[in-house]
Amino acid sequence: MKRNASRGLAYEEDLLFELSRPGRRGADTPAYDIPRVDVEDLLGGLLRDDVAALPEVSEVDVVRHFTRMSTWNAAVDLGLYPLGSCTMKYNPKVNERVARLPGFSHAHPMAPAVDNQGLLGLCFELEQWLAEISGMDRVTLQPAAGAQGELAGIMMIRAYHEQRGDTRRQKVLVPDSAHGTNPASAALNGYDIVAVPSGEDGILHPEAVAERMTDEIAALMITNPNTLGLFESHIAELCDVVHAGGGLVYGDGANLNALLGVSRPGDMGIDVMHYNLHKTFSTPHGGGGPGAGPVGIKASLAPYLPTPVVEQGPDGFFWNHDLPDSIGRLHGNHGNVGMLVRAYTYILALGAEGLRRSTDLAVLNANYLLACLREHYHVPIDRPVMHECIVSDRGLAETGITTMDVAKRLIDHGYHPPTIYFPLIVAGAMMIEPTESESLEGLDRFVEALVEIADEARTDPETVRTAPHHTRHRRLDETRAARKPILRWQPPTEPA
Amino acid sequence: MLERIGVPAIDALFECVPDKLRLDRALDLPAGQSEQEVMQRLAALAQQNVNAQDTDWFLGAGTYAHFLPSAVDALISRSEFYTAYTPYQAEISQGTLQAVFEWQTMMCGLTGLEVSNASMYDGASATAEAALMAMRITRRNRVAIAPGLHPHYVEVVRTYLGGLGAEVVQPAIGSAPELTDDVACWIVQQPGFLGSVERLTDHAEAAHSVGALLVVTVTEALSLALLQAPGDAGADIVCGEAQSFGVPMAFGGPHVGFLASRQKHVRQMPGRLVGETVDTEDKRGFVLTLSTREQHIRRERATSNICTNQGLCLMIATVYLALLGRTGLRELAELNLAKAEYAKSCVRDHPQLSLPIDRPTFNEFVVRVPDSGAQALERARAANAIGGLDLSEAAPQLGPAVLVCTTELASREAIDRLVDSLGGAAG
Repeated sequence: MKRNASRGLAYEEDLLFELSRPGRRGADTPAYDIPRVDVEDLLGGLLRDDVAALPEVSEVDVVRHFTRMSTWNAAVDLGLYPLGSCTMKYNPKVNERVARLPGFSHAHPMAPAVDNQGLLGLCFELEQWLAEISGMDRVTLQPAAGAQGELAGIMMIRAYHEQRGDTRRQKVLVPDSAHGTNPASAALNGYDIVAVPSGEDGILHPEAVAERMTDEIAALMITNPNTLGLFESHIAELCDVVHAGGGLVYGDGANLNALLGVSRPGDMGIDVMHYNLHKTFSTPHGGGGPGAGPVGIKASLAPYLPTPVVEQGPDGFFWNHDLPDSIGRLHGNHGNVGMLVRAYTYILALGAEGLRRSTDLAVLNANYLLACLREHYHVPIDRPVMHECIVSDRGLAETGITTMDVAKRLIDHGYHPPTIYFPLIVAGAMMIEPTESESLEGLDRFVEALVEIADEARTDPETVRTAPHHTRHRRLDETRAARKPILRWQPPTEPA
Repeated sequence: MLERIGVPAIDALFECVPDKLRLDRALDLPAGQSEQEVMQRLAALAQQNVNAQDTDWFLGAGTYAHFLPSAVDALISRSEFYTAYTPYQAEISQGTLQAVFEWQTMMCGLTGLEVSNASMYDGASATAEAALMAMRITRRNRVAIAPGLHPHYVEVVRTYLGGLGAEVVQPAIGSAPELTDDVACWIVQQPGFLGSVERLTDHAEAAHSVGALLVVTVTEALSLALLQAPGDAGADIVCGEAQSFGVPMAFGGPHVGFLASRQKHVRQMPGRLVGETVDTEDKRGFVLTLSTREQHIRRERATSNICTNQGLCLMIATVYLALLGRTGLRELAELNLAKAEYAKSCVRDHPQLSLPIDRPTFNEFVVRVPDSGAQALERARAANAIGGLDLSEAAPQLGPAVLVCTTELASREAIDRLVDSLGGAAG
């Protein structure tokens, strides 16, 4: 078998503070072309001592430091990164080049609109594209990530009910398969959470929602396809039940990449949803952001959009701040515009056909993986999936090998593990999302690795249990980190 | 592949989507384009924006034009950093994790506090999260905001607190803070939106005397290298925007919010934290920690809903701070201050201009102009400068005025031209 990775040199690198030597500098500052000032004189008691916590290192030190550290990371550009629900698809290089054009990267958010017509126009057009893709009527680009989009959506739902004098609705329905951000976002806006159980078949049934749909329910939050990778086939009926009960439906768009050109949340009955541009629209995940979480809404919610909104008038594009019923501003400026520029570039490059093809291939790849893994791993809900599939460690029970062990052993094969132990409703879940970026050969090699690990669990469980073996670090002690947290470096104390 | 799956065609994979929900047409979007065409279109859009590379730049107001050292973009352009995600799998995420630990350490030093998280979306939401954190710690429901907080930040705090039945109060400029014993925190921006450096020890005393926390918000993070560390002045939470540390202005985002606090409040902190630990062979390494505060574990009982934050921008700031370092950052801060002092001296000397606020400033200050802020800025624009922010909305009480920012990018000649153009109207 041709392996995906083998041993290599792992560079060691201390912390910046340990590399620090008095007098070293990595960047200079320009000469004074104006008179020097006496800072003591100007600021007196408002002045501080110098910042001892900053290191003193040369440019070469800094470049080697971060370059070495970069080799300790797994990344999409190194190979399959099948983190379920996170959609680690390839991030086209043209996106990065475009975002660095000075007219985008050195533009200022508070400069007059007349001086930023290119950016306002881009935002205006991107809103329209996202609306068309999702079947929504309006879009705000302001939320900085999916979770902030959820918060914006929930706030608009609250404003909608309150505007109608309907103040009894203080609860939100959240399926048990939902991302943790859903209940957290609703709670952050003061709502109580009512959990809705998924059916045996992994999807939500209208009866389960109907039973809980009272005049205290403001909304249902639903992810479609859900976190099991399954299309919520009853989505239209679910929306009907909620609407009939006076509630609204929030759509978590984390898995929109499974639906491009196939089906639109707006046509399903969803009233408000967010888009994760760093998932569906190929903006890089950045080691944990920045993302971008625009929100699409039906016209009934338009009065509550966050301010300002970009509009087109006779003199060009402008920011409209005059929305008296708006939920208000969510971002200091206009959101993570650099990510909007990348997503715009992606949609422009792919077009309608390319977007549809990305969905087709993502769904094909996920179903192919499921077909290949079925005889080697337990499949908790064996139905055709959309963009991701779920297997579990149940079939390995007699070996004592757990999902965590399989994940860590995958690292030795050069793969980032799938999302593990999520969704919470599947014990020992491994949630695998290959995305459209993988070739058949790449998928086959990944399957071979997983099959080899399943075999190894029976023949040599100790090797699996103590994985990873080929990384710079062996398994790290998370319990110790949490029990006595060390959250910053401090100079070693002198021995007495 | 289809054979292995057991379906005749890709379309069959979508049978779980009811017919009535299938889109029976192609999406109405432009046809796909080649990379060359995409570049041309985007370059044309980029050209329609005024940028700080081709224009003299004096507009700050929360987003600052600083010089970006070449090594910063070179390093954060390594795709091992930018095409990774949140470091859930520590053994293959040590690059990201160690960088976050270094960021946390440097932000603790800059703020004078003991714990820093791994970034928030931006300075505005960091301030809102700080207010929520203070409400959890004090179990109080009232938040008081000093007049100098960036008006957009005030709006965001109001938005975040809107659904929680919390009260947000902001005394008018010049009137005493309404600090009563039901206030969770007193939020002070340093330097204030109009540039004034506050005496934070006074604010800390006022807040603490009623059992409230002092939250200090910083929008120009470079000032932290020069001004008394807010933590040393008594701040309990320090938050704000670290865009000045090498992050491009990018039309307002992505930037990088930060939030730091005292150790005793760490369990009420929002966002991700990286901690030191060891592996099974006792080798030092780093992991995400104290996750039981977070949404993916605690769900509706989490301290915040934040998941994805501003990881790569944090990386930018970490590289930038490493490059400038202990002496460089201080030097740069002093240069910014000196540029502002020079510009202020020119304003003082100009017969048509004045400085309506007589307080110490850092790199931003208010200039009163002869006619109107908008007209003065139009004159600056004619001289190829974005001359600042028209204050007619944010601070009408000052009369016709402009908020001017001078960073290291502002040359003496450009400052001279700006002052001439701002004052240029016939009396």
